[in-house]
Amino acid sequence: MSPAVRFQNVSRRFGSVRAVDGVSLDIEPGEFFALLGPSGSGKTTCLRLIAGFEQPDEGHIEIFGETAEGLPPYRRNVNTVFQDYALFPHMTVGENVAYGLMIKGVAKSEREAKAKDALAMVKLGGYETRRTAQLSGGQRQRVALARALVNGPKVLLLDEPLGALDLKLREQMQEELRSLQTSLGITFVFVTHDQSEALSMANRVAIFNDGKIVQIGTPSDVYERPKSRFVADFVGSSNVLPPEFAASHGGMAAWTSLRPERIRIVPETAIVPSDYGHAKGVVTAVSYQGAATRITVATDKLPVVATIPAGTSLNKDDRVVLMWPKSAMVAMGDGA
Amino acid sequence: MTAAIHETRRGIAGTISDVFFTRPQLLTVLLLTPPLLWIGIVYVGSLFALLMQSFYSLDDFSGVVVHEFTLSTYAQLFEGSNVQIILRTVTMAALVTVASAIIAFPIAYYAARYARGWTKALFYLAVMMPLWSSYLVKVYAWKLILAKEGVLTWFANFLHLGWLLDGILALPVVGGPSLSFSYVGTFLVFVYIWLPYMILPTQAALERVPANFIEASADLGAEPGQTFRTVIFPLALPGIVAGSIFTFSLTLGDYIIPQIVGNSRLMIGQAVYTLQGTAGNIPLAAAFTVVPMVIMAAYLWMAKRMGAFDVL
Repeated sequence: MSPAVRFQNVSRRFGSVRAVDGVSLDIEPGEFFALLGPSGSGKTTCLRLIAGFEQPDEGHIEIFGETAEGLPPYRRNVNTVFQDYALFPHMTVGENVAYGLMIKGVAKSEREAKAKDALAMVKLGGYETRRTAQLSGGQRQRVALARALVNGPKVLLLDEPLGALDLKLREQMQEELRSLQTSLGITFVFVTHDQSEALSMANRVAIFNDGKIVQIGTPSDVYERPKSRFVADFVGSSNVLPPEFAASHGGMAAWTSLRPERIRIVPETAIVPSDYGHAKGVVTAVSYQGAATRITVATDKLPVVATIPAGTSLNKDDRVVLMWPKSAMVAMGDGA
Repeated sequence: MTAAIHETRRGIAGTISDVFFTRPQLLTVLLLTPPLLWIGIVYVGSLFALLMQSFYSLDDFSGVVVHEFTLSTYAQLFEGSNVQIILRTVTMAALVTVASAIIAFPIAYYAARYARGWTKALFYLAVMMPLWSSYLVKVYAWKLILAKEGVLTWFANFLHLGWLLDGILALPVVGGPSLSFSYVGTFLVFVYIWLPYMILPTQAALERVPANFIEASADLGAEPGQTFRTVIFPLALPGIVAGSIFTFSLTLGDYIIPQIVGNSRLMIGQAVYTLQGTAGNIPLAAAFTVVPMVIMAAYLWMAKRMGAFDVL
């Protein structure tokens, strides 16, 4: 079976800027796929290339085996949930949701029934006659979702879908999107700059930097086995240890990622087991973060961050030993 | 030592600023009183005085205005030649409005969606510059352009299209001896003069249509033509209606353009001019003035019922 979306060496330039630079990518049918990266890394342009708002300068794009380049958005069986929702202000909620069906020429009674079902699916049953201006941010998000899904797209694209929502609502929508995707079985591709959102929602994540994909993998792949300093730092802000430090502290002579939550802080007098690496240092900062506390320790070479469960008695200037299982040290590639 | 939480006030200006800052309504009242007096007394008051006149009548024998309430002056509006004047003017205003809207839309669309930086500046310059020069000079310039010996006739002959021009002039009603003595000429000059008033509000309305509405529409399967009909046009409609208020009402009330370019048949504006001047029939002139107001009120009411202002 052909992949839902296939990029083969795709590039898109804006003037002299290569927004997307030689990207190759296969997204399998039914995947919940995240395009993750800092702003300006090319992830949104990739989404727009799938939607058809942009055309590639080089390379080849397929959607379910069909060539996509050259096709305008209205000839693609792909729908988008826009970052600011782009709901039409001159139509009611129901008319917004039924818009795609109206364009296809579906009879009024049928499209109204389908719009009603779609709204019920996103828990907005009974909102058909409301004006979009009367809705809250979370409700607009749901209408945008219903408006896209009612067309039965083969791929649903979501551009920073939860960016404008507050934390509580965002967590709730993450779960709902997840269960919606599972029950519908549609391929979801979503763009985000929020690594925790990508890790919690996606089956697989592509991490973008400077228009290129720097790593593709499952959330645990990219989190636990980052291939580069960029990924280690961008996904979950890891401690990136230079080769000489890693080699002298229980690892290999390579750039190494060490997750803060894998580090334990023990008194200077503690005995370190042989399968642990360790370093002595002085606490320079203690930052309370609710469930966890983030401790920065200056070792003789570099500062190392550890997160430990809340309720520590550590203070600034305490002399401590950091220790971590050697297996937590992940050697990375060239360090780019 | 304890530091004061505020600086000490400095002088009378500082005190006044403080009073206004803490009582913003006071400032609003002070700022609004003069313009409200102006609009209330000078503006609406004189309009009201004019309306009063329309309920008086002219004594046919003495030529003196009878200051008694009557509807007979309004009844005169429905007499033969007066009805003709009203119908002629309304038809002209409607045609000018439709033509302006059709010509203005692509220009406004280009300006709102594609013009950036210097092309935008050029657009504003091109649209506004005609408004900087004298209206009268422009109308006389058009009279020369449209005249039998004018540049338009010459150009039509140059392109071997003289037959077309002759054909237009030979048309019943709208034609005439030359363009500058025909309804076609009057129409062309009206459209020229009022076009900026249609372009600017249309452009402002289109400016407020976000680009991603067009993307969203395409994403949901709409071809460009469908997107235009279902998204762009409905959202631009309030602007077009605003522009049409200008073109329609300005055409209804104008008396100079049909005087200079056109045939001898009167428009409402000319009728008012003649009646209040040589004829001394102020009541009928006032009644004629009410006609455009009633038409505009009806027009706006209809536009509102059709939902033209729903997105505002």
